[in-house]
Amino acid sequence: MQNHVVLKTVGLTKLYGGVEALLDVDFEIKSGEHIAIVGDNGAGKSTFVRQITGVEQPTSGEIYFDGAQQNFASPIAARKAGIETVFQNLALADDLDVPANIFLGREEVYFNLGPFSFLNEKKMLAMSEEGLKRTAIKIPNLKNSIGNMSGGQRQCVAISRTATFASKLIIMDEPTAALGVQETSQVENIIRTLKEQGIPLILVSHNLRQVLDLVDKIAVFRRGRIVSVLDAKKTDGNEIVSFITGLESGEHENTTGI
Amino acid sequence: MTLNRNLSSDMNILLVLFGIAALFEILGWLLMGQSFLFNTKRLTIIFLQVSIIGIIAVGVTQVIITSGIDLSSGSVVAMSAMVAASFAQASGGFMMYFGGISDLPVIIPIFIGIAVGCAAGWFNGAITAYTGIPPFIPTLGMLVAARGIAVLYNDGSPIIGLTENFKFIGSGIMPVIIFISVAFIFHILLTRTVYGRRTYAIGSNEEAARVSGINIKSHKVLVYTLAGGLAGLAGVVMCARATLAQSGMGQMYELDAIAAAVIGGTSLFGGRGRITGTVIGVIILGVIMSGFTFLRVDFYYQEIAKGLIILSAVIVDQYRHNRSVSGAS
Repeated sequence: MQNHVVLKTVGLTKLYGGVEALLDVDFEIKSGEHIAIVGDNGAGKSTFVRQITGVEQPTSGEIYFDGAQQNFASPIAARKAGIETVFQNLALADDLDVPANIFLGREEVYFNLGPFSFLNEKKMLAMSEEGLKRTAIKIPNLKNSIGNMSGGQRQCVAISRTATFASKLIIMDEPTAALGVQETSQVENIIRTLKEQGIPLILVSHNLRQVLDLVDKIAVFRRGRIVSVLDAKKTDGNEIVSFITGLESGEHENTTGI
Repeated sequence: MTLNRNLSSDMNILLVLFGIAALFEILGWLLMGQSFLFNTKRLTIIFLQVSIIGIIAVGVTQVIITSGIDLSSGSVVAMSAMVAASFAQASGGFMMYFGGISDLPVIIPIFIGIAVGCAAGWFNGAITAYTGIPPFIPTLGMLVAARGIAVLYNDGSPIIGLTENFKFIGSGIMPVIIFISVAFIFHILLTRTVYGRRTYAIGSNEEAARVSGINIKSHKVLVYTLAGGLAGLAGVVMCARATLAQSGMGQMYELDAIAAAVIGGTSLFGGRGRITGTVIGVIILGVIMSGFTFLRVDFYYQEIAKGLIILSAVIVDQYRHNRSVSGAS
């Protein structure tokens, strides 16, 4: 199973006007693998995530997911295919409760009347409890609105979305950026649980300690390109930083798919 | 969205209502020597007065929940009333709008009135959603334009001679029944359906709603369209009650509707608001209007008092918002 490719991009490019946010990115993640994406601000990490999750559509290049070429027209399409994303800015609606947030955009309904379908709150609550249990997250009252919860609890809710729905690939964009020390370790534990369960993960992070600690491989982005993919066991913070800052010369020669 | 919080926020507004009513009751005995509240006729009038505003306010509430605004309702009321009335004329009148069309089944003018409102709302929503212009601008444009259309429609003259069946919609306590039905339907829509869930989500965090795969644009268009449709319905009920339609109808109603929503606890920052609150907000407005008239206070003082109450509702909203923002980070 280890060599089964879950997600692959070939020549992925995104232009914003004349700005090359993402240039010719070849990326590959295999089943069970946890890969970190690191890079300076504006290096293209988040842009890359937006392309493979259907939030934006690439200017050119191909995305292969689960063996087939995909053209995700929307985040829903990417989700339906099995890509779950935890976004950087905590994509939660503060005024809604936990189940409402977990099921946002794909609510369980009794029977389909389009937008006027009646919500099946009971089913959503039960499924949310199940998902939270799987990630070992404890939240006292699920019917509380998210706005009243701590940053850690909020992030755990966002992550538990991925556990509520069977997902083939999980992407986390800076999941601990806004969290305290304890909450960060809570999230890191969830990531380890996912590793044990063999669910592949792409982790975007600024925290090199965290990255070296958690993942198998590290893809370094610089100016819209992947300049290197490093083995987490054989590298260290200094080497990563030198790739991030461009001290390591020969960006183009080192650009490899893996 | 806990049950407790919903109840407590509705309870707060209800307490305000009781407070204001009690104040008028006391003043009534002191100044006028009679009861303000224990007067069935007065209570009926209060509800009748606010029903039209109430129907509009229900639509406006859901627009504000998406963190939008609809300033066009008052003119849309007039425009819809004019068009609906032109299809509701009885035969034999001496000022027929359509020479050959008269005595149509009552459902046709009702449907047309609502459709005209929906069209205006659709236009508001489409411009807001697809151009990214703040909703304040397109709905302000519609406020001016729809009034113009209402005047042009019959060269500034009223449309009279409506059928008995049509007039029935506005007779007796029919407006109250229609208002309560509309409020009930939209309460269910907002609290129990996907439509409501997404309306709150968009107002609460539009970016989150977008990455969750909600089609923000089409949903906003739907919200504004329904709000327009309710303004259209208000126009139908209003001209049926007045037994004629004229282009000056519904002036400043948009502001009363927004005021009712805000007094009722709908947050101008979006994401928060309930139809039950808006219904209470509408009744508060009605009690104030009726109370001041009862005390024979000049109309302009009523306006000042109303302004102050709206202002305090907005300040409370701002205070709540600041508290929740600092609490979340």
